[in-house]
Amino acid sequence: MRRAAHILFSRPLSIAGVVLIGTVILSALFADFIAPFPDHRGTVVDFTNFNQPPGWTNIMGTDLVGRDLFSRILYAFRLSLILGVVVLSIATPVGVAVGLAAGYLGGWVRFVLMRTTDVFLSIPPLVLAMSIMGVLEPTLFNGMIAVTAMWWPWYARLVFNITLVEREEGYVRAAEVIGASRVHILFVEILPNCVPAIITKMTLDLGFVILIASSLSFLGLGVQPPTPDLGSMVAEGARYLPDSWWLTVFPGLAILVAVFGFNLLGDALREILGADL
Amino acid sequence: MTSVGRLLTARLGISILVLLGVSMLIFAIARVIPGDPARIALGPNATHEQVDKLRADLHLNEPIWKQYGYFLHDLSQGELGQSLYTNRPVTTDIAQFLPATLELIIVAGVLMIGLGLPLGILAAKHQGGTIDNLVRIIALLGVSAPSFVWAVILMLLFAFYLPLFPIAGRIAVEFDVPTITGFLLVDTLLDGQIAAFVDALRHIALPAFALALSGIGQAARLTRANMAETYHSPYIEMARSYGFPEWRIARRYAFKPSLTPSLTIIGLDFAAMLGNAFLVEAIFAWPGLSRYGVAVILRKDLNAIVGTVLIISAAFLIANLVVDLLIALINPRIRYSRGRV
Repeated sequence: MRRAAHILFSRPLSIAGVVLIGTVILSALFADFIAPFPDHRGTVVDFTNFNQPPGWTNIMGTDLVGRDLFSRILYAFRLSLILGVVVLSIATPVGVAVGLAAGYLGGWVRFVLMRTTDVFLSIPPLVLAMSIMGVLEPTLFNGMIAVTAMWWPWYARLVFNITLVEREEGYVRAAEVIGASRVHILFVEILPNCVPAIITKMTLDLGFVILIASSLSFLGLGVQPPTPDLGSMVAEGARYLPDSWWLTVFPGLAILVAVFGFNLLGDALREILGADL
Repeated sequence: MTSVGRLLTARLGISILVLLGVSMLIFAIARVIPGDPARIALGPNATHEQVDKLRADLHLNEPIWKQYGYFLHDLSQGELGQSLYTNRPVTTDIAQFLPATLELIIVAGVLMIGLGLPLGILAAKHQGGTIDNLVRIIALLGVSAPSFVWAVILMLLFAFYLPLFPIAGRIAVEFDVPTITGFLLVDTLLDGQIAAFVDALRHIALPAFALALSGIGQAARLTRANMAETYHSPYIEMARSYGFPEWRIARRYAFKPSLTPSLTIIGLDFAAMLGNAFLVEAIFAWPGLSRYGVAVILRKDLNAIVGTVLIISAAFLIANLVVDLLIALINPRIRYSRGRV
């Protein structure tokens, strides 16, 4: 624990990661109190104050119908984080179960599971999510389904590779000789050894889920207006470049800050937990 | 058969199986579509008879496995069906839009390798130095924002504030380039139009760089890590003790073994670029597969969705095949190990 704290707080980049993510999470949690105009996350229209550059009242400017960009970005953070957490809390168990089973059981189980994983992995991630979104209606819930469907195979691969190594280890052999059940061996013996890698990957992935989800909504295949979403804010503002630069630059930087923070944190965790991804 | 040939055959076989799996998956996804594709295609004013006829023509009334059978049969003849959006064969549509996208991705790939590997080598030689830190920051920032954000930033900086590059499109309207390969950079040269070639190059520079940015960082980072490890290995010490010049050690001894993991990453990045091309194309109004892909997805144009995804996955599998082949050529240990493919 002390070593962990030491690694986390001894390097400028890890400290930066902690600070960035702390800011993002806090501003998402307390958006209602921090946002200067909390009602601007909805369909507020204020044509006396539309498309204003950054200033004292609207520190990031206002959008085309006069809503405060800063407030909307705070609420967009909330949405991104919820999406990331939900996607990973479904994709990870599925992927882990597939990887464990395929790695330990072998035979046709492995063949079917891992070839299925390969199929999912051989469609470029964004394209797979896009085609799923194409079939479904573009809502937040369906966006989560699409991103989850493209995410579990990465965990299956990761856990599969670890399980392949661990199943040959002495402690697994010992459990087998004693007559432990397969479920016991998979979840009590092997799984704990996958946990550091899984946690590290989840931290890094929180950022990447936010990135992919914002890409989907950038293409118009994700969360729909008026819900504030970083990707669709960039897409909307891109039509008004370069004059209304703040419409794209601030939401874009917001994505950068969140993903960058999770990357820094993930890198630090990788070292603390000694996970080799 | 040579060892490389054997490896290639095995990989090719697996790739074809995977592609078959992809077609099954994407076909299944496309058929759980809510709503009637025939009704969507014909619009609200069509009569019931017209919709029923189209449903019959598209085999939509038959069980899904039969539909898949028809699809495979058509596919074996190089047919992907009719697009309900453009009313043309999907193959014609893809043939029209794919070259622009491929050109963009290939140039981005060249940038990724051409900048990423040298940066990584430099960073490894001067560990802890300015270049090393620069590479670290580029790598982290590069993967931390989607390529559409980089596209916007690059466009603002180098097309609007510093008008060095054009804002959108593939080539200025005044140039009339005959379509030979569909790759403008090739066609302009084949036609002998140097000015048009330069113009096309200026048009592709920003989108390609936006697309390549995350890859450049990752390739550099990985090359640096591997080179750094290789530099500490005994055989490099030995080469040094023989008094070989430093550039020769770097080029001949340290670089090659460090290349294998970098190549693997490049294969993965290629997949990311195939997807990210959609984002970059949207910002730079690049007339590639992106606009078509998004349009057919929004219109629930089944044949076109299946065809587009299939082509993109095939491109990805081919790229990975090339990467595997390169790795096998570089690394004899992989070339001669059999069984594990």
